[in-house]
Amino acid sequence: MLVPQFKSGTIMDIVHTPSQKTTHSSSRLKVEVVGNGQKMMQEQKGQESEATIPGSSRPKIDVQQMNFFYGSNQALFKVNLTIPENRVTAFIGPSGCGKSTLLRCVNRLNDLVLGSRVEGKILIDGQDIYRPEVDITDLRTRVGMVFQKVNPFPKSIYQNVAYGPMLQKISSRSALDEIVEKSLQGAGLWEEVKDRLHASALGISGGQQQRLCIARALAVNPDILLMDEPCSALDPISTGKIEELLHSLKEQLTIVIVTHNMQQAARVSDYTGFFLLGELIEYDDTKKIFTNPGDRRTEDYVTGRFG
Amino acid sequence: MQAVSLKKFFDSGTLFVWMCGAGLALSLLMIGGLLALIFINGMGYFWPKDLVQFTLHDGSYVLGEVTGHEVIHDSVNADSPEGKGRIQLKVGNRDLYGLDFRWIDESHIQAQSTPTDVVFLERREWGNFYGRPHRVMQGDSVVASGHQEATTALFPLIDRANEIHEDIHYLERSVIGDINHEIEAQRLSLRALELEGRANQSEVATREQEVAVLQSRYEAEADKLRVLYTQLEEYSVVLEDVNGTTKELAVGQIIRMLQPNAMGVGEKVWAYLGNVWTVLSEEPREANTEGGIFPAIFGTVLMVLIMSIAVVPFGVLAAVYLKEYATQGALVRIVRIAVNNLAGVPSIVFGVFGLGFFVYAVGGSIDALFFPEALPNPTFGTGGMLWASLTLALMTVPVVIVATEEGLSAVPREYREGSLALGATKLESLLRVVIPCAMPGILTGLILAISRATGEVAPLMLTGVVKLAPSMPLDGTFPFLHLDRKFMHLGFHIYDVGFQSPNVEAAKPMVYVTTLILVGVVIILNLAAISIRNRMRRKYAGSTI
Ligand SMILES: Nc1ncnc2c1ncn2[C@@H]1O[C@H](COP(=O)(O)OP(=O)(O)OP(=O)(O)O)[C@@H](O)[C@H]1O
Ligand SMILES: [Mg+2]
Repeated sequence: MLVPQFKSGTIMDIVHTPSQKTTHSSSRLKVEVVGNGQKMMQEQKGQESEATIPGSSRPKIDVQQMNFFYGSNQALFKVNLTIPENRVTAFIGPSGCGKSTLLRCVNRLNDLVLGSRVEGKILIDGQDIYRPEVDITDLRTRVGMVFQKVNPFPKSIYQNVAYGPMLQKISSRSALDEIVEKSLQGAGLWEEVKDRLHASALGISGGQQQRLCIARALAVNPDILLMDEPCSALDPISTGKIEELLHSLKEQLTIVIVTHNMQQAARVSDYTGFFLLGELIEYDDTKKIFTNPGDRRTEDYVTGRFG
Repeated sequence: MQAVSLKKFFDSGTLFVWMCGAGLALSLLMIGGLLALIFINGMGYFWPKDLVQFTLHDGSYVLGEVTGHEVIHDSVNADSPEGKGRIQLKVGNRDLYGLDFRWIDESHIQAQSTPTDVVFLERREWGNFYGRPHRVMQGDSVVASGHQEATTALFPLIDRANEIHEDIHYLERSVIGDINHEIEAQRLSLRALELEGRANQSEVATREQEVAVLQSRYEAEADKLRVLYTQLEEYSVVLEDVNGTTKELAVGQIIRMLQPNAMGVGEKVWAYLGNVWTVLSEEPREANTEGGIFPAIFGTVLMVLIMSIAVVPFGVLAAVYLKEYATQGALVRIVRIAVNNLAGVPSIVFGVFGLGFFVYAVGGSIDALFFPEALPNPTFGTGGMLWASLTLALMTVPVVIVATEEGLSAVPREYREGSLALGATKLESLLRVVIPCAMPGILTGLILAISRATGEVAPLMLTGVVKLAPSMPLDGTFPFLHLDRKFMHLGFHIYDVGFQSPNVEAAKPMVYVTTLILVGVVIILNLAAISIRNRMRRKYAGSTI
């Protein structure tokens, strides 16, 4: 009965059948280790294999005791987690559980929502981004975002990519040309659009548009890239291209991706956090989450038995 | 059974669709009928009609253009079998008959013909003349006599007279106008010096000297002008109406001579196009009932353009504040309702406001501050192009605000967030993404504003429109655009020509023509704005607006 029924075959390659319940307690411990944030992380620094976060990577984003309210409606409950640098971290969970909310807290896009309120801290490189003296536009250039709804501006491809740099008052033509080329190459789009840089961005395919949005985010040279269901509107081939891209991008970036696609989370991420009703239920190595989750609810969700 | 099918019929919505269709058809019919009426009457005005000569039972003749026909329900004539109707004729010759139009009972007509030798003369005064030239005179000596010879001799003389008129126009408007302008400028600068208490002897002397120079130049030009005027009087023509009454007229009084009955269709088409051009390009004559309406067209278009320049930034800024910056609460809702209601305020109220605020308060202050030397003659403290445009801008700003707000709402949230997520500030997002995407909506507002403003008359009557403007608001004298000047306007022209002119019947065709042109101007302005909007829409094809 406990053996999960995978509907799709592909995931079977990566994910093995979760086995004994005995491991649950130990994995739970690890979640706490991860969840307790920076201090614990620092202690673990340098330690290999045993640590949830391999030694080569420092903590990049550290969420501490995060509560989030839309007016009187609380969307996040005491969330603690640490996201390592140069890794892909996936957020999974049923609809409405607060994944997007947490993601949008990291670049403070939720500030726009009237009546919203934040409690707790989010540290990026050890600095709390909710301090009053933080320059939000500066923060947002360091934390790029790619949205679920593909949203290139109704401008040319070139203007889309140059949009961010131009905001930073880079106006020299050659500098912009270089940034545009590099960003498009980074997003794996250069070869496809280099002959029509000045054509409308709305005239390319959906998958290309989403990669254009990635290129646009890369153009301001962020250290973190937040992706909120970036592939939900794309076909498998475009999805595959973007997944490949994540592998190459994580060498320079810290990536956080929200996805409803379990296979995708399993394929692309190094760490996975499972959310339910605004709480972080479990956060661990992706492999562990999918093969041997510590929580019954996680298991139910990743095996597709969850409502 | 039948009840069921009837219910089915109601439920199916067919009835509703039919009602909608009927409503639309009715509106289209009314609009179409109105436009057709204006179009037919307006376009008909330009056609050179045949001159019909009627012989009446009493032996007299009547010559003129047939302009109408009417059935009389008159008991006196009811028993006479043939005399059931009457004909309206434009007989012209106002100086001889007193009236341009005449009704003739059909029962009085004995015969009717279209003699080819009758001419139609367009004159600078007294309206048209219908009849025959009898002889052409140079002073007291006869140059040509007999209908045919006189007519032939007259054509080149009229051309020559028109050239002289052009020279006179140039001298009066440009040369002498400039000299007067300079003299006035000298007088004003002297007055300004006096007001500032810096008018010393030498300053006054230099200015007086310059005025003297200008004065002598003026005299020289005035002499030339007098020569030209006497040249106009050199030739004269003795005209004869159908009944043999003669009238002597200086050739300089004649603008144009046609023999419509002798013209072929090609010639008539040519004359038709010439008439259209005349109306579009020339200035009005004879209390606006003759000549062209160019100043009115120009005034209307310029006023609408200035209004657009004023209303768009104003309305867009207000809408951006209301939509993007103001905290959405009770106060903003009240403001929004107030703005919407502003669109329903009678336009004359805006006119009164414009007069009180723009003309007297703002204009008066500008005069006191910047043009004290011209007082008591007002410069900006009287109605003018600027104040009329601003008044209309005020009147149409609600439309632009509402349309812009709708345009802003239609910009997808993803665009705003996408821009902010790249490190743009709110202002940068607005300027670079949101407002450009809302541009089609803004232009829709502008189109509505233009339509409303072009046809508006009442507020203009208080803020700067006149029936005959001495000079155009845009000309060759510095600073070229004279926003303080009064101007002419097509809508007011319709009112003035149609209802204020001494000769309403004669002015009627002009009313149709002016209306037609006003409708044309509205359509052209709208088409221009629509084509810009469509270009923008294509550019922002992804947006939902
Ligand atoms: N702008 C908002 N105003 C009020 N409540 C909101 C707002 N955005 C989200 N919420 C609420 O917050 C909760 C979390 O929403 P969130 O968008 O973070 O969920 P999610 O996990 O991203 O879901 P999905 O997978 O469907 O995108 C939901 O209950 C939602 O109704
Ligand atoms: Mg979401």
